[in-house]
Amino acid sequence: MKKEDNSSVPADSEIVLGILNDSKDTLNRLYTSYFPMVLQLVLKNNGNEDDAKDLFQESIIVLYNKVKGGNFELNSKLKTFLYSVCRRLWLKRLNEQSKTIRNVQDFSEIIAVEDDLEKHEEKDRQFAIMESSLQQLGEPCKTIIEDYYIHSRSMQEICEKFGYTNADNAKTQKYKCLQRLKKLFFQT
Amino acid sequence: MKSDLELINLIDAYLKGELSGTVLSDFEKLRKDDPSFDIKVVEHHNFVSSLSEYGSRIKLVSEMNTIHESLDIQAIKNDVAPEAPKYRRLWNKYRINTAIAASVAFIAVSATLLSTGYFSKSFSNNVNLLRREINNMKRSQNALIKNINDKPSKGPSDPGEFGGTGFALSSNGYVVTNFHVVKGADSVYVQNSDGEAFKVKLIYIDPAYDLAVLQISDPSFENLATLPYTFKKSASDVGEDVFTIGFPRDEQVLGKGYVSAKNGFAGDTVAYQVSIPVNPGNSGGPLLDNRGNVIGIINGKQALLDGAAFAIKSSYILRSIDAIPQDSLDEKLVLNKRNSLAGLSRKDQFKKLEPYIYMVKVY
Repeated sequence: MKKEDNSSVPADSEIVLGILNDSKDTLNRLYTSYFPMVLQLVLKNNGNEDDAKDLFQESIIVLYNKVKGGNFELNSKLKTFLYSVCRRLWLKRLNEQSKTIRNVQDFSEIIAVEDDLEKHEEKDRQFAIMESSLQQLGEPCKTIIEDYYIHSRSMQEICEKFGYTNADNAKTQKYKCLQRLKKLFFQT
Repeated sequence: MKSDLELINLIDAYLKGELSGTVLSDFEKLRKDDPSFDIKVVEHHNFVSSLSEYGSRIKLVSEMNTIHESLDIQAIKNDVAPEAPKYRRLWNKYRINTAIAASVAFIAVSATLLSTGYFSKSFSNNVNLLRREINNMKRSQNALIKNINDKPSKGPSDPGEFGGTGFALSSNGYVVTNFHVVKGADSVYVQNSDGEAFKVKLIYIDPAYDLAVLQISDPSFENLATLPYTFKKSASDVGEDVFTIGFPRDEQVLGKGYVSAKNGFAGDTVAYQVSIPVNPGNSGGPLLDNRGNVIGIINGKQALLDGAAFAIKSSYILRSIDAIPQDSLDEKLVLNKRNSLAGLSRKDQFKKLEPYIYMVKVY
């Protein structure tokens, strides 16, 4: 059982490549390989499995942003990176809940991840703003924007989906929606 | 000039790589020539990429949630953090609280015991009070029956349960002894060196100083001659030679020693520490210096330690006597002011003292 687990731990370079290619398999292996480590950290330091889930997913988001942001250099093991991010985030969260923990029970070596977390916080904030802006935007604008910019559907498809008489009408609608979204996004 | 709408659509198409041929080259030329257009392109690009980042993050999270749901969390949990037995977990969780609670409780208990004087009770554990158990047999029905069947006699036929020593305070029948000697007594008798026993009544007790004042109430008692000793008001110095007379057995025994410390057991300022051989039965005996002044009254010795006996200072005897309401006494209690023992040899002192030292028998 253990041996199988170990052999299925993917090589770091494989993972980085997989992340760049949006490979679902990579994500799956990454998740199953390293989630237990984070679960252990959180459980042993005053948390439960839901905390571990949030924390681990956040650390993967940090990793994905870092890798996809380009110029990613692998100067530590991915495991160490993920662990350090989780540890830092967990301590911060405990602090916010004004729970103090005297000494963290560690299960892995750690590296400094403050810079990455700062970037992540910035992205996190933008994410939250975007989320609320899209919420406020309302239908059908939200779906049009999502279809065009996120799901990369063509104007033709959108035109058919929403029953616009021609692509130009759809384009005009998309433009109006985008202007409103920009307004919402930048005013917050 | 194209409208904003057309421009944005054009940029969108450019960003999606839908432009080709002359349109693409025109677009890139326009970007180069018109910086404000270039800025517009960059701005739009940034916004669109933050939109797509938002989208990919949503996608990533939903994928992760799918993976997460497929995991057997409980199994992983047991694997990485085997659950300790419940008490162990509770202990880990609450040990700090427990430690704090325990310290608080300890301090509270100590403070309470200290303030209520509980620790002073340890005196009785470490100090043997020197009253003598004359007879281990408790008063049983047999003894009672014997008393009833025997012809009534003047003195008690029973040798009594406990014994100590007492000595005369005045010639008219006042006797002082230790409170612990007469504590819980039904009746108390004193017996002089000639073997005559007299019934006494308790006049005054002072448990704090372990003192009791008795008065001989027996009609057969005749007043004594003037007391040969006096009571010393001031404290005696360490090193002063002292002696005591007591009843560790059924006759008077002389003990000789010296004052070895100003304070008694555990710094008790009421008593002296005296290096003198004393035994059960010596309690209540007078402690006299060479000139025949009573400087104290023997009340105990330290257990498991040789040569440390304790004697209540005479100033506390005087204080107790002063505390007795004089109106309540049948006869005036007047202390002797003249000492007739000074300068005598020890054996003459003993002879003179003999009639004033009593065995106290407690029933």
